[in-house]
Amino acid sequence: MSEEPGGPGRAPRDARHAWARLRRAGSPRPSRSNLLAMLLAAALGFAIIAQVRQTSIQGLETLREDELVRIFADVDQDGDQLSGEVRDLQSSLDLLKSRTTGEQEAQRAAQQRLDALGILAGTAPATGPGVLVRIDDPQGKVRQTIILDAVQELRAAGAEAIQVGSVRVVASTWFADTDAGISVSGTEVRPPYLIRAIGDSDTLAGAMQIPGGVTATVRRAGAEATVEIQDKVEVGALLSVRTPQYARPVPTPTP
Amino acid sequence: MIPAIGLALGILVGLLLQPAVPVWLQPYLPIAVIAALDAVFGAVRAILDGIFSDKVFVVSFLSNVVVAAFIVFLGDKLGVGSQLSTGVVVVLGVRIFSNVAAIRRHLFDA
Repeated sequence: MSEEPGGPGRAPRDARHAWARLRRAGSPRPSRSNLLAMLLAAALGFAIIAQVRQTSIQGLETLREDELVRIFADVDQDGDQLSGEVRDLQSSLDLLKSRTTGEQEAQRAAQQRLDALGILAGTAPATGPGVLVRIDDPQGKVRQTIILDAVQELRAAGAEAIQVGSVRVVASTWFADTDAGISVSGTEVRPPYLIRAIGDSDTLAGAMQIPGGVTATVRRAGAEATVEIQDKVEVGALLSVRTPQYARPVPTPTP
Repeated sequence: MIPAIGLALGILVGLLLQPAVPVWLQPYLPIAVIAALDAVFGAVRAILDGIFSDKVFVVSFLSNVVVAAFIVFLGDKLGVGSQLSTGVVVVLGVRIFSNVAAIRRHLFDA
């Protein structure tokens, strides 16, 4: 194929001699062989560049079958791995989502409970349909028992929030007579007495106006009671919660 | 000197033209390039040995290229293309190394 040398074991020639020989061979001579050698060398350089470029831009179409199979297997394996990763991440996302939803749910339930308890304990303002009971008492005939009856009657009729004058009525509210009017939990309330109650307005109004009920009692005492049904009754008076000094909740056994 | 200029010229033309290798040539070109390199190193060694012949060089260059391409072609047809390509590259690589070693002994006495 190529020029074979004289075989191994030759005595190395003089290096200077070799360089001169090389120079002489490379020096320009106007010969056909020299031109041909240059042409071949140029072709070689061109081919090298073409191949280097081809290798750097090579796509899949020039690969052999077994290489394609190998690449395919690699891609397949990668795909399996990645889809497994996707599954893992999806499940942890679901977990986190459900946890968040659970927390939101618990928070919502707690907020609902807080609202209900706030209305019940009088620490939150309340609004809704209900009645406005107005007791005009110019002669000072109305005693606290009448007001208490009215409150109890409203409670029995399902009132959810009650306010007498500017005082919220809760579980610990008490009534007492004073010279100028009545005292509600220590706050002086003078006539006319305004009782706001939130609940089913028809039931509340009916409870006020039943024969022998609050309206009749007030009238018999010499005062005037009017019951007004309203779509929106504001019970805005608030109570501050006092931490019980003596009473402690009995711990409930956890299931 | 002239062949070196030719090589540089070829590289320059290649860089300028940005040639695309035709599809039918793609499997054979790498092996052909290795074979041509083998012929070139063989020629340099022959010059230093004082037995260089133009005719032998041209014939060996062309036959190297053709035989290498043919072996790859045959290997592809027989289903052992990649193995045979590897084999050809190894053989040519060994030859190139031995030729370079001889050239080195001539030029540097080492």
